Amino acid sequence: MSNDNLVEIRDLSFAYGNRPILKGINLTAPRGKVIAIMGGSGSGKTTLLRLIGGQLRPDAGTVRVDGQQVDQLNTRELYALRRKMGMLFQFGALFTDLSVFDNVAFQMREHTDLPEALIHDLVLMKLQAVGLRGASQLMPAELSGGMARRVALARAVALDPMLIMYDEPFTGLDPISLGVIGNLIRRMTDTLGLTSIIVTHDIQESLKIVDYVYFVSNGVIEAEGTPAEILASPAPFVHQFIHGEEDGPVPFHYPAADYARDLGLDRRT
Amino acid sequence: MMGGLARFFAAIGHPVIDSIERLGFASRFFGLILLRSGTSFLRFGLVIREIFSAGVLSMLIIIVSGLFVGMVLGLQGYRTLQTYGSADSLGVLVALSLVRELGPVVAALLFAGRAGTAMTTEVGLMKATEQLSALSMMAVDPMARIIAPRFWGAVIAMPLLAAIFSAVGVFGGYLVGVVLLGVDDGTFWSQMQAAVDFREDILNGVIKSLVFGCVISAIALFEGYDAPPTAEGVSRATTRTVVTSSLAILALDFVLTAFMFKGV
Repeated sequence: MSNDNLVEIRDLSFAYGNRPILKGINLTAPRGKVIAIMGGSGSGKTTLLRLIGGQLRPDAGTVRVDGQQVDQLNTRELYALRRKMGMLFQFGALFTDLSVFDNVAFQMREHTDLPEALIHDLVLMKLQAVGLRGASQLMPAELSGGMARRVALARAVALDPMLIMYDEPFTGLDPISLGVIGNLIRRMTDTLGLTSIIVTHDIQESLKIVDYVYFVSNGVIEAEGTPAEILASPAPFVHQFIHGEEDGPVPFHYPAADYARDLGLDRRT
Repeated sequence: MMGGLARFFAAIGHPVIDSIERLGFASRFFGLILLRSGTSFLRFGLVIREIFSAGVLSMLIIIVSGLFVGMVLGLQGYRTLQTYGSADSLGVLVALSLVRELGPVVAALLFAGRAGTAMTTEVGLMKATEQLSALSMMAVDPMARIIAPRFWGAVIAMPLLAAIFSAVGVFGGYLVGVVLLGVDDGTFWSQMQAAVDFREDILNGVIKSLVFGCVISAIALFEGYDAPPTAEGVSRATTRTVVTSSLAILALDFVLTAFMFKGV
């Protein structure tokens, strides 16, 4: 495998019970790039993140992160690998009983023996990077959705990981917060030398900041390419998705029996 | 005909198999708690926090209930004992009832309602808001960091609360018996002192409440951890915590009593 790729996924299949979610996914995330995984709700995007993070194990295929095959690791090795990963959950998943400061300091206190004075400085630096140094003593319940997401971002980069995964970072944000989070993801990736994988269905915001896009639909990669290629893509699914069309390869109607028969029209004379 | 029969057996079989499966999960969960308890003792501060939130915050309800239970015991006991002219033994009656039975059992029932439900909702909501997932993605084991300290906190808090319940209850009995109804002060205490045995009565009461503490916290934590991550799921889990642990306490109390006091 090429050492330029931080994450390499080959022929990955996964099913919940006998409901297949992913059917032969191939995906690579080169170091230093921002990758987007797009697709409709329930298309298995988040499942893909959980497979990369080792929270789920694939039924077939391989997931490699930094050269290590994630599903082959034992718990200790997996935890060692996860120290090099950060994850931003959909609504932040901040620890509600800890202040903003303690949330960001959490991993430093759990995993390192750094003196408290140093942790204090590091936390304020991380918070300064997301513009929330002034909010360090607030509790998560006092934050707006966008602020919580930024704190979670500061927490995710607390131990300077090589990879950050974002689960729907744009969901439920106002336009200003949306732009702030998008720019932060790009800037953090570039300045800290990270690799970012964003799972999202927000086309407009993510096409502005990502280097490469994968479209997932029905468990397979439907299309892939740079933002420019995606915008010019003739694939019907991509076209429907980008333009938010109601009907197309993804039908408006959930599969149902014949409408007339459901209404009983065929029995009337 | 066959279809009906098959459905009949399926209707019985499904819940039975499901319950056994859940019991299996619960046992495995309990084993995992014990296995991952190392952190709790290396960083005892984590457990002390939980002793505070499960124990200290339950003190008010324990003290108030203990006082009233003791006062009622004093009233009822006095009436009955006086019929036989042995109102002097009121202290014995109050103390033995509390230390052997009411202290551990009523304190455990209250504890399940006050602290057990709090643990279930807390863990259930942590799961629903992905905080447990976030922990494990940060390479911090939720079993070791969140679940085990709560378990040990409750196990340590339970006997202490039961002891407080009994002590306050005895005082309540004293208030009613001696201060209100006029039983002799000295007799009340000296009879109690003579009749209550440390090993036979007090130690057995402590053992009971330790067992109850284990059962309540294991049930509460399992229900929270196993709850579907929705508002309805967490609320059902909380209800199940109270129902299951109350029934478990009462059933176990009978079993334990049968073993402990068979010779008495």
